[in-house]
Amino acid sequence: MRPPDRRARSVQLLIYLAVAAVAIAAALFAIETLRARGIKAGFGFLWNTAGFDIGFTLIAFDATSSYGLAFLAALLNTLLVSGLAIVLATAIGLVVAVARLAPIPAIRAAGRTYVEAVRNTPLLLQLLALYFLVLGALPPPRQSFTFAGVLVNNRGIFVPAPSITAAAGYALLALAALAIVYRLYLRRAGPIVAGLSAAAAAALGAAALWLMQWDLPALRGLNVRGGMALVPEFAVLVTALAIYTAAFVAETFRSGFLAVPQGQGEAGLALGLGRARTLRLVVLPQAVRAALPPLASQYVNVIKASSLAAAVGFPDLMQVFGKTTLNQTGQAVEVIAMTMAVYLAISMAVAGATQLYERSGQGGARA
Amino acid sequence: MKNIAPALAGLAASMIGFAVGAGSVSAATLDSVRERGFVNCGVGENFPGFFAPDSAGKWSGLDVDFCRALSAAIFNDPDKVKYLPATPAARFAQLQSGQVDLLSRSVTWTMSRDAGLGLSFSGVTFFDGQGFMVRKALNAKSAKELDGATVCTQTGTTTELNLADYFRANNLKYTPVVFETTDQVVAAYEAQRCDVYTTDKSTLAARLGKLKDPAAHVILPETISKAANGPVVRQGDGQWANIVRWTLNALIAAEELGITAATVEQVKASSKDPEVRRLLGADGELGKLMGLDNAWAANVVKAVGNYGEMYDRNLGPKGTVPIPRDGLNRLWSKGGLLFSPSFQ
Repeated sequence: MRPPDRRARSVQLLIYLAVAAVAIAAALFAIETLRARGIKAGFGFLWNTAGFDIGFTLIAFDATSSYGLAFLAALLNTLLVSGLAIVLATAIGLVVAVARLAPIPAIRAAGRTYVEAVRNTPLLLQLLALYFLVLGALPPPRQSFTFAGVLVNNRGIFVPAPSITAAAGYALLALAALAIVYRLYLRRAGPIVAGLSAAAAAALGAAALWLMQWDLPALRGLNVRGGMALVPEFAVLVTALAIYTAAFVAETFRSGFLAVPQGQGEAGLALGLGRARTLRLVVLPQAVRAALPPLASQYVNVIKASSLAAAVGFPDLMQVFGKTTLNQTGQAVEVIAMTMAVYLAISMAVAGATQLYERSGQGGARA
Repeated sequence: MKNIAPALAGLAASMIGFAVGAGSVSAATLDSVRERGFVNCGVGENFPGFFAPDSAGKWSGLDVDFCRALSAAIFNDPDKVKYLPATPAARFAQLQSGQVDLLSRSVTWTMSRDAGLGLSFSGVTFFDGQGFMVRKALNAKSAKELDGATVCTQTGTTTELNLADYFRANNLKYTPVVFETTDQVVAAYEAQRCDVYTTDKSTLAARLGKLKDPAAHVILPETISKAANGPVVRQGDGQWANIVRWTLNALIAAEELGITAATVEQVKASSKDPEVRRLLGADGELGKLMGLDNAWAANVVKAVGNYGEMYDRNLGPKGTVPIPRDGLNRLWSKGGLLFSPSFQ
């Protein structure tokens, strides 16, 4: 792309400034109008006590925390869910795309069935179906499946949580030191040293695990206490988003693959690279480059679609902020504007990151 | 960066739209209702017994009957109402911006809403309070035994706050799972995702009967909040606020005075009780004080009956959702809280 000349740039900047000015003026006007009608307005509410709890947070949050912190906690939940779903969807999508182009008809049919079935039903329906399927399949807490300290029931999968003791910490430090020494000095020292190092690493690793304190999940009272939990709402939301998006990602990748001239693959094979290496080294990089722009818009869709979380009871930004906070404070304009601005910012960040990748050496020049 | 301009412009446009909408609401709601020929009544989406459309799209329920009463007070016809479903998230904005003339959808009267959102609450059509439903198999006799429970509830209501307050005050731990709709909450509770289902007791009662096995569940005795639910109007139009408030008062007074839909005409013609005569417009000019016909209250009772008749039709033993009228929702003279100031 030709870099825009200076005049075009300044015109662009002026347009941005004008739009921003209009937006700010509109916001100020709206706030004034609301105040004139006896409606509380402004962002001061963010410092007030929220008063409600959130069932799943990455940061410490309770009912005495502020609305601002609730916003942050919910935002992190949205980012976590979207990020995981994007990674999973890309992996599944790539596999399905390769399947759709496979030489064996049965595999092609399987890939196609996946795409058509998933792509042509509403995401909300898939989300609810998966959620209630999971809840129906797993037992209530008192009849949990128990296996090696792991508890599985419809409240989640509970695994023992490690807490690092001083002794375990030393073992881990020793392990890290060994890894560095090996990497710097012993890498070329021959098989005997390598074998000894591996044995020492295994021993140190086992010692660290042994010396850690494990907080075991156990059934106490109404629920499981202790351990770390993977709750069904989170797992289902990530899975459903990944499965749904993967269908679109697969088609995007497939079009990317088809955009690579056939001669490229043939040339790879002729060089004796073999099928897998030809795919990985020759075809895939070019396919990804072609697929990147539409892929970015699929990723943006994941972030927006994650706002369906409230349907399966997961506390994402839309649920905690766009619904609960809005209802409690009644400050619809501020809350909706903030929520919209956040989705806009995340989506633009994803689009921007993809563009950067595209412009960097990885993405290569445009075809 | 090229996507920012249209998005910001959209945001700006919606803010201007909101501001202009909010600014252009004229003070005289009654005039615009008359001009339009019907009342825009903001109800909820679906809450059997209070507001619910049937398969033909006809609305019924206690809150719907209040819209009908208001229509009768203004037009002498209970059917000059347009029902607009208002979601919990959008309802106040819909009222503030003038999309609806009032909300009649079990909105809970709170100070921050009354004083902070430009709203004016007109009275109470139903006294409620938040409670807990659990499986009988838990053997819980009181909410104080729910330490460690997983609690399902719905977003966009006052219940999340009451729940947090109650568990914190009693030093109990809990995990909330918050859904978007009541149906999703109930489905998750039935699937045993949670030990407890919490919301207003009227809803718990309504939902209990529709569970797969109603006998396996129990509503615990504690009521952890006070919910005074009733119609709401915009602040700043005293005439309209008076019409809504006194229509509700007329319904309550009619029950107290023993005036029913069937007897109202005859009572109006023959009663010697001065309060009855003033209420029904046989004496004095009370209706005209609000810019209505003098027979407004008589028209209301003729159309929907008195408060007791409204309650029985919707929440009585033969109504859609039977809720025994044994607590606060009785007349003051029978030990309840329903009380109308005097028609003088």
